Amino acid sequence: MARWDGPLKKIDDYRWEIPREYKPGMRVPGLIYASEDMLASIREEQAAEQVVNVAFLPGIVGHSLAMPDIHWGYGFPIGGVAATRVEDGVISPGGVGYDINCGVRLLRTNLREDEVRPKIEELLSQLFISVPSGLGSTGKIKVGKKEMDDILTDGARWAVKRGFGTEDDLEVTEERGCLKGADPDRVSVKAKERGSPQSGTLGSGNHFIEVQAVGEIYEPAMAQTMGIDDVGQVLLLIHTGSRGLGHQVCDDYIRTLREAMQRYGIEVPDRELACAPLKSAEGRNYLAAMACAANYAWANRQCITHWARECFAGVFGLSLRQIGLEMVYDVAHNIAKIESYEVDGKKLSLCVHRKGATRAFPAGHPSIPARYKEIGQPVLIPGDMGRYSFVAVGTDRAVKESFGSVCHGAGRKMSRHAAKRGVRDADVARDLAAKGIIAKCASRGGLAEEASEAYKDVAEVVEVCHRAGLCRKVIKTYPIGVVKG
Amino acid sequence: MKRFDILEHTADTGIIAYGNDMPEAFANAAYGMFSLMADLKQVREETSRYVEAEAGDRESLVVSWLNELLYLFDVERIIFRRFDILELTDTRLKADAYGEKADASRHRLRGGVKAATYHMLQVSEGKGRCRIRVIFDV
Repeated sequence: MARWDGPLKKIDDYRWEIPREYKPGMRVPGLIYASEDMLASIREEQAAEQVVNVAFLPGIVGHSLAMPDIHWGYGFPIGGVAATRVEDGVISPGGVGYDINCGVRLLRTNLREDEVRPKIEELLSQLFISVPSGLGSTGKIKVGKKEMDDILTDGARWAVKRGFGTEDDLEVTEERGCLKGADPDRVSVKAKERGSPQSGTLGSGNHFIEVQAVGEIYEPAMAQTMGIDDVGQVLLLIHTGSRGLGHQVCDDYIRTLREAMQRYGIEVPDRELACAPLKSAEGRNYLAAMACAANYAWANRQCITHWARECFAGVFGLSLRQIGLEMVYDVAHNIAKIESYEVDGKKLSLCVHRKGATRAFPAGHPSIPARYKEIGQPVLIPGDMGRYSFVAVGTDRAVKESFGSVCHGAGRKMSRHAAKRGVRDADVARDLAAKGIIAKCASRGGLAEEASEAYKDVAEVVEVCHRAGLCRKVIKTYPIGVVKG
Repeated sequence: MKRFDILEHTADTGIIAYGNDMPEAFANAAYGMFSLMADLKQVREETSRYVEAEAGDRESLVVSWLNELLYLFDVERIIFRRFDILELTDTRLKADAYGEKADASRHRLRGGVKAATYHMLQVSEGKGRCRIRVIFDV
C-alpha cells in the first residue's frame, strides 16, 4: 500500500499538524496526536490523507483530528474526530461508521482474581452459552414491530423496563443509554428486519466479553469513585454495537446522502464522505435514524450485562449483592453528537463525529453523572486481548482542543488477513494460555485475526493522550478470560 | 480462472473479483464475500432467493448487490454459494442466489461482514477480463 508523504508539522512532542496549504479545499488544518515513534507506521498507509479529506467537510471547525490509534478506515480514518457547525455544516455517516454506537461497558466486582481463576473456564463457557455470539448468531429476545420501535426510541431504558438491569445502570451510561431525537420512522424496514433477530447478541469480528483484573492503579481516589479499590480486583468489559441494524442504517443513508450531496452542490474527495447539511431533511433524518441505531446498541449492551450477571451468580453461587457486578461506565466510540463548544470565543452548537474515538468530558461538565462530577467521565480504552486495557478520565483540555474526545483503543497495525497468515487459532489460544488468559471464540480464524501482534500497543496510545493532556490515566487492567464473537 | 483475490487493508478486508464478463465478475464478488464468512465447499444448494439491486452507477451497483445479500444473510441466515446473474446493466441487477441456512455445526463459520463499502471501489474491464475491487467493513 502506498506510503503517505505529506507534511506533518511538529507542534510539540504529541501534536502534528497537516497545514491547510497541503491541499486546496481543506477548510481547516489536520491535527494528529502521536509520538514521534508512531509517525513511521502512520505514514505506511493513507490514514493521514483521510484526515485531510475530512477537512473538506462544509462547516468543519477547529482541526480535522486524529487520535494516536489512527488507522486507515473508509472515508474517515479510524480514530478520527470532526466537529461541524449545526448552523451551516454537514453530517456524514462516514464519520460514524457502519457499526453505529459500537462501544464498551465496564463493570466492577467484589471478586478477586484468585477466586475467579479456578472457575474461569466454567464462567467463560456460561457466558458463551448465555450471550449468543459469532456469525449470524440470533438472540434470545424475540421482539415484534412495536417493541422494536420501543428499543429504537428508549435504548437501554427499554431493557431496564423489561427487567434487564437497573436504574443505576442507566445513570452511568453515556446519554443514560438513550440518545434523544430518535425517530423509528426514519429507520428502514430492512434495518429493523436485520436488527430483530440480533437483539442481545455479541456479533463477531473484534467484539468481545473480557474478564479482567486490575493491574495498576495510578489515581487511587478516582479509582475508588469508580468502585475500584485494589490490584487483583476482577472487572468485566463488554464490547459490541448495533449489529445488522446499524450497518443497514449506515448503508441506507450513505446512499441517500450521496444523492442529496449532488443536489446541495457539496463536493468531497471520497464517496464514503457522503454528507448533507445538518439543517436539511436528509441530514436530520440520518441523525434521527442514527440515534435509533445508537439506542439499539445501548439496549444490546444492557441485555448482555444482565445475562453476564446471571452467569456470574450461577457460577459462583453467590447473590449479585455479594458479587457486586455494578457498572463503572458505558461509552460509545462510533457516534455523532450535538454538543456545545466555545470556538474562537463564540459558543457554538456543533455536531461532533467520533469515528473510533471516545467522549472524554472533564470534572464538573453538566453532561456527566453526579457520581463522576468530581473526577470527570470515565473513558474506557480496551487494548488487544493478549495485553492490557486502560480506564482514564476526561480533562478540560480535551474539551478545549479535541471536542471532548480521546482515543478508543489500540488501533490495528496489521490486516486481518496478514494476521492470520501462518497463524492458527489453536496457536494463539496456546500463547494466550501461557500468559494466563483463557480465550473462547465463535468464529474460525477469529483468534488469529485478533492476536496481539495485529494491534498497536495500547499503552503507547494511551500514554500519548495522557501526556497531551486529553485524558488522565486511572487504572490499567489485564485480561484473564475472553469470549470472542 | 481464479475467482477472486483477497486484498490487504489494515482494519478491514477487501477482494478483487474476476470474470470473463461483467456478470461473472459480479457473481464472483458475491462468492468472494461469502468465502470470507464460511468455507463454501461445505455449503449446499438447498434453497434459492431472487435478488434485485439498483444503483446510480455500476460501482454503486456492486455495493447495492453485495449489501442486499448481507441483508438476506442477517434476516434469513442463508449462506449463498452460487449466483446466476439474470440481468445486468450499469444501474440494475437481477439474480438468483443459491445456498443454505448457516449451520455452525457443519459450516466452518468465519468472521462476519458488516457491509460492502464505497472505499476504493473499482469496476474495470480490459484484455477480455473484468475486475471488481471492493472493501468490506468486517
